[in-house]
Amino acid sequence: MTTREKILADVRKSQPPLVAAPDITLWENRQQVDGLTVLETFKAVAGNVGSKVISVESIADIKTHLNIIPGSRVLTSIPQLFDVATDAALAAGATPHELENVELAILQAEFGIAENSALWVTEKQMGTRVLPFICQHLALVVNAGDIVADMHAAYKRTQGSDHSFATFIAGPSKTADIEQSLVLGAHGPRSLSIFVLTT
Amino acid sequence: MKDHAALAEAFNKDEQRVDWHDETLWWVRQKRDRASHQIPDWEELREAASQIKHNVLSDLGNYLEQFEKQAIGNGITVHWAADAKEHNDIVHSILKRHGITQMVKSKSMLTEECHLNHFLEEQGINVVDSDLGELIVQLAKEPPSHIVLPCIHKKKEEIGDIFHEHLGSEKGESDPQILTETARVHLRNTFLTRRAALTGVNFAVAETGEFVVCTNEGNADMGAHLSDVHIASMGIEKLIPKRKHLSVFLRLLTRSATGQPITTYSSHFKRPRPGQEMHIILVDNGRSVQLGREDFRNSLKCIRCGACMNTCPVYRRSGGHSYHTAVAGPIGSILAPNLDMKQYADLPFASTLCGSCTNVCPVKIDIHDQLYKWRQVIVKEGYGDKKKAAAMQAMAYTLSSPKVYRIAGKAGRLVMKYAPFAVNNGLNPWYKQRDMPEPPKESFGEWYAKNRS
Repeated sequence: MTTREKILADVRKSQPPLVAAPDITLWENRQQVDGLTVLETFKAVAGNVGSKVISVESIADIKTHLNIIPGSRVLTSIPQLFDVATDAALAAGATPHELENVELAILQAEFGIAENSALWVTEKQMGTRVLPFICQHLALVVNAGDIVADMHAAYKRTQGSDHSFATFIAGPSKTADIEQSLVLGAHGPRSLSIFVLTT
Repeated sequence: MKDHAALAEAFNKDEQRVDWHDETLWWVRQKRDRASHQIPDWEELREAASQIKHNVLSDLGNYLEQFEKQAIGNGITVHWAADAKEHNDIVHSILKRHGITQMVKSKSMLTEECHLNHFLEEQGINVVDSDLGELIVQLAKEPPSHIVLPCIHKKKEEIGDIFHEHLGSEKGESDPQILTETARVHLRNTFLTRRAALTGVNFAVAETGEFVVCTNEGNADMGAHLSDVHIASMGIEKLIPKRKHLSVFLRLLTRSATGQPITTYSSHFKRPRPGQEMHIILVDNGRSVQLGREDFRNSLKCIRCGACMNTCPVYRRSGGHSYHTAVAGPIGSILAPNLDMKQYADLPFASTLCGSCTNVCPVKIDIHDQLYKWRQVIVKEGYGDKKKAAAMQAMAYTLSSPKVYRIAGKAGRLVMKYAPFAVNNGLNPWYKQRDMPEPPKESFGEWYAKNRS
């Protein structure tokens, strides 16, 4: 008998009679509160977790908010921003270690969630998985119309899509392991800027 | 081997430190309250989470097979480990095959349970814990004292000393900002030079074969995405049926743990990146036995948020190390006796049975009821405290005879009045940390006989 067979046999011998999973469609189908309230909640929660939220009317507007140190490495997946630094265009499938010196990454998020200010970023948007973690600073761009109310709406939105890797990002990397003192920039980005496109 | 009471007594010697520990954890508990109160349907969510886990436990065999099939289809290698030893051997064999002698690890209570670090070091493999709190206790050569806040028992000055010795920070430096920066620089180099990374698993989805890892620091992602080989270790109870169920658990997990609305990163790993190897180890290690214990199987619903520890009046005042097991606190006290009833016979007694743990548990585990039930099992199986059993028998004898009861009462009052040193000494556990009361002049029976007319 293999370990696999043994574990499965032991589990089946021990498990209680079948009980159905509860119906959670009530949450999934709940009427969304209006867009304005959702956006306001998103901004407030994002501020609480240490993100900087900046409303912009166009992608070009983002440039006026960027403070790029000359010579520092910037990578972005957004074509309209390729000119913010030399070689800023993100190449898919780069060697992860080669991204060690990235100062700023600017990536598109698919959508955001008001209740926790998390943004859904998929491998397609990252180019290389490690990028949103290894960069010193991260900026995510999201359309105002792409903010959903809660996690139920979020997973409903991801239905049917298939990503080898994807992540929710809510704020800069942080730790409070030393006497519960909050420190931003544990291993990942020291800051998260969220550009909300309002048009 | 010292039991919980003896270890708690050692912790209690420094009263100021106990107060600080107590207040820090209570502050975390209050943050949890504020976060949960902002969710109007919090109670419905807890109930849903509990029921989803109930469904998982009732159909675990099929979910495990479904998950395995999906994960293999996604290009992940799936391993099965019956116990800690088999788990550790699998990790070792993967590393050996690649000729890897250094590994970076993010938080995994399962690997603590399996004593993986110790095992790998004996095989000549260097392991670095990358969660800041875990790195601190690793450098201090201690186990974590809390599943979410591993070094909650350490003062920043002590951490400063540890970093000065091991990471070369300035002597006397204790600013959390500067110490964290020191660890960041040190660990960044570690992440960049390790070819293998091990992570834990918060949730694994049977429907899709993917798994979710939650961190605030981003350390799991730094390790995994920079590695050639990613190993994810998970207990078989970590499964959930469908992807959409993640919504319920991710709403509950971090609000219960630290009062944050969600962790900074909730990463969904489905396939290895091109050129990378990804392994999942499904570990039983006593879980199938616990599943068969009707009174205790709900303990397998645990999502490791630590809320029961933060609220527990005993945990807060005795410290995580007093539980002498990988998972401390109320939940650890109902999980550990399943692994070794004799070694952990003391833990279900390390509780006031106040029920606060049960009230905050996001998956509604009846923790305090299980603590009470474990006590009965432990005494019945003969692992109870022998002194306590003798005292109980003496008490039963005294209470069953009115005459003996009266004599004993009178003797007690006389001793406390004329020979207080006989009870006011270290041999009497009740005298520790408290003064004995002044003895009444007479018993209620005597008073009643005099005054009833």
